[in-house]
Amino acid sequence: MIVVQNLTRKFGEFVAVHDISFAVEPGEIFAFLGPNGAGKTTTIKILTTLLPPTSGQVRIDGLDPTRQSTEVRKRIGIVFQDPSLDQNLSAWENLDLHGALYHVPRKIRRQRMQSLLELFGLWERRDELVKQYSGGMMRRLEIARGLLHTPRILFLDEPTLGLDPQSRNQLWTHVKQLNRDEGVTVFLTTHYMDEADRVAGRIAIIDHGRIVSLGTSAELKSSTGSATLEEAFLALTGTEIRDESAGATDQMRRAARAWRGR
Amino acid sequence: MGAIYVLWLRELKRYFRSRVQIIASLGQPLLYLLALGYGLSPVFRRGGEGNYLQFVAPGVIAMTVLFSSLFSGIQLIWDRQFGFLKETLVAPVPRLHIMIGRTCGAASTAMIQGLLVAVVAFAAGFRPAGWAGIPLAFAFLALVAVVFTAVGTTVGSTLRDMQGFQMVMNFLVMPIFFLSGALYPLEHIPVLLTALTRIDPLTYGVDGLRGALIARGHFSALVDLTVMGTLAVVLTWVGAWRFSRIEI
Repeated sequence: MIVVQNLTRKFGEFVAVHDISFAVEPGEIFAFLGPNGAGKTTTIKILTTLLPPTSGQVRIDGLDPTRQSTEVRKRIGIVFQDPSLDQNLSAWENLDLHGALYHVPRKIRRQRMQSLLELFGLWERRDELVKQYSGGMMRRLEIARGLLHTPRILFLDEPTLGLDPQSRNQLWTHVKQLNRDEGVTVFLTTHYMDEADRVAGRIAIIDHGRIVSLGTSAELKSSTGSATLEEAFLALTGTEIRDESAGATDQMRRAARAWRGR
Repeated sequence: MGAIYVLWLRELKRYFRSRVQIIASLGQPLLYLLALGYGLSPVFRRGGEGNYLQFVAPGVIAMTVLFSSLFSGIQLIWDRQFGFLKETLVAPVPRLHIMIGRTCGAASTAMIQGLLVAVVAFAAGFRPAGWAGIPLAFAFLALVAVVFTAVGTTVGSTLRDMQGFQMVMNFLVMPIFFLSGALYPLEHIPVLLTALTRIDPLTYGVDGLRGALIARGHFSALVDLTVMGTLAVVLTWVGAWRFSRIEI
C-alpha cells in the first residue's frame, strides 16, 4: 500500500530523512516512532503529497505523490499533529465542507456524516461551534473528518497528543475497529509507546533521519533484550533529550520577544 | 467548482456569525461619513463645490471595501495558525480553486460591508444622481473588493505572523486611502499630489464609483473600468502565484 525506497529529504545542508526504505501492506497498522526531530513529520509530509522528496521513490497505492498528488489525496485521510478544524463552524459544517472538497456526493455525504458522528459520539452536539468542543472532542471530529471520504490509508500524526487516557483509549478502539471492519490501512506516529504496542502490527523506529529498527513489537523487544517497548525504544535511540528545530514562526516570535526586551 | 462554492460559503457564514465585528468595523467609516460629511459641508459649499456629504459618501463606501478586503488577508494567516489552511491545501482540489473561493468570499463580505455603509449614507441624506448608475456602481465596488482582496492574499501568503501583517497593512492602507481622492476632488491639487493619486489604484475605484453614483467623475468611466479591470486580473494572478507557493 505504501512503498518507500531510498527516500532522502534535505533542507539545505540538513538531512532530515536519510535514505530510508520500508513498505506497508494493505490493511496493516504501521507505527512510525522516533524522538523529536527524527524525521517523522517530514516523512509523513512526503507521503501525504505536502513535500517533494529530494531523492528516492515513494508509491502510495501504486501512485507517485509528487506527480499524481490529486489522485493520492483522494485515497488518503490525514489527521495532523496540530488541529486543523474551522473553529467558527459547527461539527456538521466542518464535515460537510470536507466532503465537498473531497467530492463526496451530497446524499452519500449526509449518510456517512451521520454514521461517523454517531460512531465518534458527537451526533448530539453536531450543530455546536467547534470552539465550544473539548480537546478530545475536536480530535475525534478530526478523525471522523479524515474518514469521511472513505480513504484507503489513514495517516495519524501524533493523534493523541494532549488527550486524556479515556479519549486515547476510545480513539484507538475506533481506529482498530475501522482497520478491522473497513480494512483501512493505518500509518501512525506517536510518542506513547504503550499505544504503538497496543495497536500496531509492525513498528519502525527512526532516528536522525534513518530507520534504526523495524519489526513487530515482540521482535523489537527481543532484539534489544528489553521487557517493554519503551525500553527497546530507549535502547535503540539513546536517552539524550532532543531539541526539535524551531519553525519560522517560532523563531520570529522568539526574536520579537527578545526585541521587546522580555 | 464545488470547492469554490463551499469556500465562498464558509467566508459568508463566518462573516454573518461575527456580528460584533460587523458593527465595530462600521464605526470608522461612519465617523468619516458623518463627522466629515456634515462638518466640512459648509466650507465645501462656500468653495462652490456643492454638498460635501454627496461628494464624500462614495469615497467612504470605497474606503470600507478597501479596509475590509485588505484585512481579509489576516484570515489567511489566522487559518494557517489554526491549521484550517492545511485542511484545504491537502484536499484533492487545485490550489487555484481554493484561492478563488477564498477571494470570492472575502470580496463578497467586503461588498456587503460597503453596502451597509451605503445604506447608512442614504439614511444620512446621501442621494444618488440616478438609479441607472447603480449597476455600474456595483461593478466598481466589486472591482475594488477583488483588487484589494488580491493584495491581502498576496501579503497574507507571504508573511507568516500577525504582527508583520499588521505592520505592512498600516504602511499600505492609510496612504492608499488618503491619496485616492476619496476625501477631496482631484482638480486643482499640487503636482506632486496629483502624481501620487495617479499611481494609487483606489483613485480609479473611487472615481468610478463617484461617476456612477453622483455623475461626478474626474476620469471617464471607461478609463476607470480599464485600470481597475486590468489591476484585478494582474493582482489576482500575483495573489494566486503567492498562494501557490505557501508551504505548510
